Amino acid sequence: MDVGTLVAGLLTLAILTFLYRDNPIYKMAESLLIGVAIGYVLVVTWTNSLMALLFTPLFSRGELWLIVPFALGFLMFGRLHRRTAILSRIPIGVLIGSGAGVAIPAMLEARTLRQLSATVGPVFADGTVDISMVVVLLGVLSTLIYFYFSREQVGWWGRTARLGTWFLMIFFGTTFGYTVMSRMSTFIGRMEFLLSDFLRIIS
Amino acid sequence: MRRRIPQLVCGLFGLVTFLCYFSSHPIARKIYLTVTLDYWQIIFAFTLIVGALSFVRVNLRAVERGEDRPYKIVSLIGVVLMPILALIWGIRGGSPFMWVFENIQVPMQATVFSLLAFFVASASYRGFRARSLQAAILLGAALLILISRSSIGDLIWDRIPEAAEWVRSNPAMSARRAILIGIGLGSLTTSVRVLVGIERTWLGGEK
Repeated sequence: MDVGTLVAGLLTLAILTFLYRDNPIYKMAESLLIGVAIGYVLVVTWTNSLMALLFTPLFSRGELWLIVPFALGFLMFGRLHRRTAILSRIPIGVLIGSGAGVAIPAMLEARTLRQLSATVGPVFADGTVDISMVVVLLGVLSTLIYFYFSREQVGWWGRTARLGTWFLMIFFGTTFGYTVMSRMSTFIGRMEFLLSDFLRIIS
Repeated sequence: MRRRIPQLVCGLFGLVTFLCYFSSHPIARKIYLTVTLDYWQIIFAFTLIVGALSFVRVNLRAVERGEDRPYKIVSLIGVVLMPILALIWGIRGGSPFMWVFENIQVPMQATVFSLLAFFVASASYRGFRARSLQAAILLGAALLILISRSSIGDLIWDRIPEAAEWVRSNPAMSARRAILIGIGLGSLTTSVRVLVGIERTWLGGEK
């Protein structure tokens, strides 16, 4: 067995000890995971973002316009001290402002208009009623009515809102099912690794 | 002044990116892409470094105070180890940096992810009771997906996967679509409030 498999197997078992209860072995593995993950992200960010997008073009190719994002990014270090913390508001303002500027048209197009146009389809096709289309139309309208809180949900409005909660429950149920299945498939993968590569109980 | 300048910067960048979105002029496209791709990535990268430095500082203080000292030291070793390995041997495939990633980080991350299966299962065992019609619908939809995605589904009735797919792409999708429309409208109004300076929570509490 190679060292990599041995280390991976022992650490997998260390994490699984949490199923018994919180214990020092799990805490140690968890601390190692947090540290290594932060270190990994740091290195990847340094290589892919700062070196590739900033330092190499700025200092090797002389692209002086990069001084602006460099200065903005540098102001973030102000966050590390209470007295200079307000300096970081400027780069945060750039992110928030440009994010909002992008979000207005993008959200309107992708999250609202496209979703609405996908909802409104032909209910009658070839002389028959498309049940799926009716369900989608009814689901979207009733769920939107449920989320409309400016009017009291009584009478037919309230009944439609209640229908909306049924659609929401179906959505939450399916999402729950898929989440459990994705976690289970990862768990099966880890068990397969432990039983075949690490312990070699199964081939 | 401490709030006004960041607000002005926020409004200016917001207005420029908003106007550039609708323009097909090469300069407008260039500004839009430069801000949304380069500026964002560079500022995010610095933000991440600040976060990592803050993490190191907090952990060093905890080590000094003797709070969970062994765990904090292990975390700090992890943070420092990865950049050192990358600096000495690089980050190509087969390097010690990638060895740590593949044999320490990936297996542990996957195991932590898989642990949630047990907690979700135990929580659902305690919480899933068909006390009302809504709860029964939730339970039914979840069971349908769970059965359809396991091999037993086909054995019970060969059309269960088909039924689950219909539920997923019609009633479940319609609720998801309504939620997305709500998120879109909410994001839109929040963005407008940020740009015109009504929404100022991002500035923090200090004057």
